[in-house]
Amino acid sequence: MIPELGQFALILACCLAICQAALPLAGAQTGRRDWMVMARSAATGQFVFVVIAYAVLTHAFVTDDFSVRFVALHSNSDLPLGYKIAAVWGGHEGSLLLWSLMLALWTLAVAAAGRSQPLEFASRVLGVLGIVSAGVLLFTLLTSNPFDRLLPPVIDGNDLNPLLQDPAMVAHPPLLYVGYVGMAVPFAFAVAALLTGKLDRNWARWTRPWTVGAWIFLTVGIALGSWWAYYELGWGGWWFWDPVENASFMPWLMGTALIHSLAVTERRGIFKSWTVLLAIAAFTLSLLGTFLVRSGVLISVHSFASDPERGLFILLLLLLISGGSLVLYAFRAHNFEAEGGFRLVSRESFLLANNILLVVACGLILFGTLYPLFHDAMGAGNLSVGEPFFNVVFLVPMLPLAFLLGLGMHAAWQKMNPKTLIGRLRWLGIAALLVAVVFPLIAYGSTGVMTIVGITAGVWVTLSSLIEPVSRWLDSRAVRLTRAQWGMFIAHLGVGLFIIGASVTSAFTIETDRAVRIGETWEVAGFDIEFRGLRQVEGPNFVADEGEFELRRDGEFIATLRPQKRIYRVRTEPMTEAAIDGRMARDVFVALGEPLGDGAWSIRAQYKPMIRFIWFGCVIMALGGLLAATDRRYREPVRERAEAKSRVGKPAEQGGH
Amino acid sequence: MPALTRLRALARGASTLAMAALLALGAALHAQEIVEGFEDPALDARYRDLIHEIRCMKCQNQSIAESPIDQAADIRRLVRVLMVDGLSDAEIRAYLAERYGDFINYRPPFKPSTWLLWSAPVILLAGGAFVFARVLRERMGQPLDEDIDR
Amino acid sequence: MWRYAIPVVLLLVLGAFFYRGLYLNPTFVESPLIGKPAPEFTLPDLENPEGTVGTEDIAGRYALLNVWATWCVECRHEHDFLLSLAESGMPIYGLNWKDERDKALEWLEVLGDPYVASAVDEIGDVAIDYGVYGAPETFLIGPDLTILAKHIGPLSTAIWEARFAPLIESHHGAP
Repeated sequence: MIPELGQFALILACCLAICQAALPLAGAQTGRRDWMVMARSAATGQFVFVVIAYAVLTHAFVTDDFSVRFVALHSNSDLPLGYKIAAVWGGHEGSLLLWSLMLALWTLAVAAAGRSQPLEFASRVLGVLGIVSAGVLLFTLLTSNPFDRLLPPVIDGNDLNPLLQDPAMVAHPPLLYVGYVGMAVPFAFAVAALLTGKLDRNWARWTRPWTVGAWIFLTVGIALGSWWAYYELGWGGWWFWDPVENASFMPWLMGTALIHSLAVTERRGIFKSWTVLLAIAAFTLSLLGTFLVRSGVLISVHSFASDPERGLFILLLLLLISGGSLVLYAFRAHNFEAEGGFRLVSRESFLLANNILLVVACGLILFGTLYPLFHDAMGAGNLSVGEPFFNVVFLVPMLPLAFLLGLGMHAAWQKMNPKTLIGRLRWLGIAALLVAVVFPLIAYGSTGVMTIVGITAGVWVTLSSLIEPVSRWLDSRAVRLTRAQWGMFIAHLGVGLFIIGASVTSAFTIETDRAVRIGETWEVAGFDIEFRGLRQVEGPNFVADEGEFELRRDGEFIATLRPQKRIYRVRTEPMTEAAIDGRMARDVFVALGEPLGDGAWSIRAQYKPMIRFIWFGCVIMALGGLLAATDRRYREPVRERAEAKSRVGKPAEQGGH
Repeated sequence: MPALTRLRALARGASTLAMAALLALGAALHAQEIVEGFEDPALDARYRDLIHEIRCMKCQNQSIAESPIDQAADIRRLVRVLMVDGLSDAEIRAYLAERYGDFINYRPPFKPSTWLLWSAPVILLAGGAFVFARVLRERMGQPLDEDIDR
Repeated sequence: MWRYAIPVVLLLVLGAFFYRGLYLNPTFVESPLIGKPAPEFTLPDLENPEGTVGTEDIAGRYALLNVWATWCVECRHEHDFLLSLAESGMPIYGLNWKDERDKALEWLEVLGDPYVASAVDEIGDVAIDYGVYGAPETFLIGPDLTILAKHIGPLSTAIWEARFAPLIESHHGAP
């Protein structure tokens, strides 16, 4: 009976979402205040019922209700409680419900914050969010109902996919979804601006913290996924350019471009239509990601069960929501053209270059990810586009971006003397190059062109991010940095650390596969590893072979590593759990391979230098974002200000736009 | 086809070697044998890079380096045999594509139907440069703000 | 002004490709060997260890080369169809892939033997030459040893009639 209540709650939520969409938008169009005001209550109501539906599904998992098909497919009575709760998002239907929940949360937050905005605008924002909510809820109810019954019920369930039975894997989807779904907020703001026909610096000031907020969660979510893949999949890799990974990375790239474009709009009131387009594009890519994962159009380790019917529904949703907003854009965007000059060397110029390079990068990834589809659809057969393509192609826009980043951070608005800019930073550049040349030789005994380029870029960005905070700290008379400035420098510091980690680990990773017997020791990258023993262990829902390895260096004991090879009782696929001794400077990674007979096992041991800088860099980026988003100027009430006040100088020749 | 027979003979030879190695393992494990790889570090590095670029045909998007299944191990063994036989990376990729199709290589081939793909970076970058120049020219002709507050 | 319409147009083009993509199968890989000569091989005969089975035996008429193994679950699904096909006169050669001789012989004894002869590919090198990556796979080979078609997965009446039978008929017509 209770699951049916959940379904009923979903239906109510959907109805409320439709109200949330229709009434405020119609009200804003016709000027009916009573309709516009409904937005907030509809949003609240929708939230309540989505929460109820979600709680009901969770309850079904926790109580082992195997009469619900979704629970039967993704849970088991032996599954630990924490994983039962996480199993809600372990499959297509439940993860859609999570999507709706996140969207309802964001909507509620936007509704609460919208009190300080003009009613017409605020109701349009909620109206657009309502359209998205309604679309997703309809999709859920019509094609992917998590509350479908399985009658007669099974005695016990199919267990959660063992790959998902892991803390990082539990946290990864919710965090990622908060980010993915959060991109709907700037999207809604953009469409509302198109509908209102007005976009000023206040709009940018409202939109930016929401965008940064969603971006922070995307950053952490993606980093968590990468970290999980590294230690769980047992192969030492941290990014595979899998279509679904790319699907989460593209909104991140667009989101980053959007944040920077908003900076220009907020400051100068220009790049408005471009910012609106980026906001629409970022959310379109989120929806596209949803489509790619669930439609079976591309092959991925991450794919949910594919179904052309579901794919078609999402495609229509995508075309309606994105297509609709882009049609609106085609008609209304010209209203946003504005004057505002800047010179070649100026912050605006650097931000423009930043945006272009990020969009190029995003476009290349999109093109590469979809190319097999294009190729096949044109009748030329099936094709694979993977790491060899993306690793090369991604660097083409990204390396220039890294170098420009270091400069752009210090550029003044409107115009700056290039000598001033370079003068300050020239020594940092030289220092970066020196470090890049010397460090690999000393630390790892070898080097290469791409290694030097990569480390130079990373160190350059790092030093450039640090110079301002450090110099102000040393000079007690200097003006203190605002929180937003701190945020910027710290976020860029994170980027620098990431680049260093990625470059070093790509260049100096050592992978070995050896046949080892118990009692033997072998050497990897200067470490001695001794295979001390093997035993059987039992977990709550699995049995495993556990190896015991002692890690030593120069005779000194470092750590005991216990990698496992697990077999889960219900889904009998074997799973490798690697054992890692992790430090910032390096990871040593040991995983059990296959038994070779006569007491010997094939053991995979890897040395991964500075790999933690990759995820540490991401965390620092997110921290920078958090600082930037909570700057005081966003928390103060916004004062309306006249747009075209002090434009001095010769009257502009109005020719083109 | 003599090439095939020769390679097959080599493969049989290599498998015999592998069998012998396994037997040797059984008999007396002296140094820790490399299970799958080469003693020569340069060759080993090349091998590891190459197997990351070849797709496991039966998997959901994994390279043969990452895949635990039997078929992937077969292809890895084939790659080692071909490397011993002196084929270059490009020749090994071509050998596999002849049998399994372009799908097996994660590095897309360079042929008319993929020119667009491989030239995309240059095209997009050129487009970007063009846009940058146009916007900059436009903005450079516009007045600066005299008084600009936060 | 018209440039603001570019994004919509791009989206619609993308949408068209996606729509097409929904009804394509991304895992379907066309074999590059179709239309090319079948790779030559000579392997031990399953039933007669002293003898051999190879492309020499297959040549001269339309025949199927079916890759099978006792560890392959799907092979069992197509076995009955293969038996009926063999009974109707279609020559089927087996390629016993990475299997054990005793198990293979037992399987054929218990379930029936649709094959004119089975070649034993213990190591799997011939299978690699044929681009095999997952049993069962079946090749249609013409009299001049050209590979006419390949099917991955269990064979069935529907697939036979849709893909393989028409090829034999059309080739019969050709001079």
